[in-house]
Amino acid sequence: MSDSAQILDAKNLLCPLPILRAEQAIRPLAVGAVIEIHATDPGLVNDLPAWCSVNGHHILEIRHEGRVVIGLVKKGA
Amino acid sequence: MSEERGKDATRPVRALGLLSGGLDSTLAVRVLQEQGIEVGCVNFHTGFCIQSHTGAIRNPKKGAEPPRHDALHAAQTLGVKLHMVDISEDYVRIVTNPKHGYGKNLNPCLDCKIFMVAKAWELKEELGYDFIFTGEVMGQRPMSQRKDTFPVIDRDAGVRGWLLRPLCAQYMPETEPEKRGWVDREKLKNFTGRSRKPQMALAKAFSIVDYPTPAGGCCFLTDENYARKLQDLWQFRDSKAYSMEDIVLLKAGRHLRPRGDFKLIIGRDESENHFLSGFKAGRMTIRAKNLPGPFTLLEGSPDKEGLILACRIAARYGKGKNRSEVTMVVEGETGSDAFTVIPMPAHQVEKEWHV
Ligand code: SF4
Repeated sequence: MSDSAQILDAKNLLCPLPILRAEQAIRPLAVGAVIEIHATDPGLVNDLPAWCSVNGHHILEIRHEGRVVIGLVKKGA
Repeated sequence: MSEERGKDATRPVRALGLLSGGLDSTLAVRVLQEQGIEVGCVNFHTGFCIQSHTGAIRNPKKGAEPPRHDALHAAQTLGVKLHMVDISEDYVRIVTNPKHGYGKNLNPCLDCKIFMVAKAWELKEELGYDFIFTGEVMGQRPMSQRKDTFPVIDRDAGVRGWLLRPLCAQYMPETEPEKRGWVDREKLKNFTGRSRKPQMALAKAFSIVDYPTPAGGCCFLTDENYARKLQDLWQFRDSKAYSMEDIVLLKAGRHLRPRGDFKLIIGRDESENHFLSGFKAGRMTIRAKNLPGPFTLLEGSPDKEGLILACRIAARYGKGKNRSEVTMVVEGETGSDAFTVIPMPAHQVEKEWHV
């Protein structure tokens, strides 16, 4: 699934910038589109699901690759 | 300003609140929700917010939970929509030139509040809310939350009569939403002063248990150490400007200014080293050759003597600090250079160098 996702590089950004960037990135997309966020702020693990729940998006996956936290989000209606 | 709820009086009253995620703003939301008001919230990113996330720069403490964004989690718990708005670029002029001056450190609280309230009003208009509110409590904070500053905020933000403060509304003149019967004044609160007891009792009544401690403070501008570093930056640049990178870097590393023409930012652990290494552009870097030690950023353009001094200081914080000589590699945008230096003994690192 992540093959078609738009990738958002939010590495080295401090909270809440990864979320703000995600919001900017997802706004113009169609419902159902997927973005993949790469961040080094470990707080993303908590904040991405919270942001999804507040905005009606769906969190598909959240995983670590070394220092990087990778989150996959599907835009909600 | 006349804002009418308009033709459709059958829909619920809609209010937009400023949400920090602290106890007061959370309670203000709940107080209005209790009245059946539909609440949405806004949270502003100034660039100076102290989220536990600043800890994101350092190695995590053993067993520590990953940090989280207070407003986002409060919004989730409260079941409200949260608009997160980045005001950091516009905010520069508030910090560098506040009309109402600074508080104890570099906190321009009154100007900051006015700016945020005015921005919230713009968003309210855009999104079709009926009025705005904050969790302010009269007398809670010395600079911005006083009986005489509330009217200044309302006037300067251009929202007179339209900003409700549910936690202390009963002490304030009636606002338009109260006059129009959208909000029941009887059910608003009368909190004043610095005591947190009424808030804690109300939190208990609402079963709100998971809220951040107020002791943490909400912004770096009220932090003495941070404010000193920002002052130093302004002083040596001869200008009160700052970039977004500047204010992030002031949160990371050990800052030393051994001479007027350069400053060092030295990583304190591996995670911080890694973080600092993302800020090479426009700066020089210093690392020990073939030895573990901190990653150091150098801001400024010292001569060779200055570079050697910088290398000796950087070497002092590395594994080779007790060696007679250490080779340090300095890299800049135009190339790299190696200097073999004697690490500076701890007692020679002057106290005043620490910013
Ligand atoms: S503490 Fe900081 S964020 Fe809060 S009102 Fe003052 S300047 Fe603004």
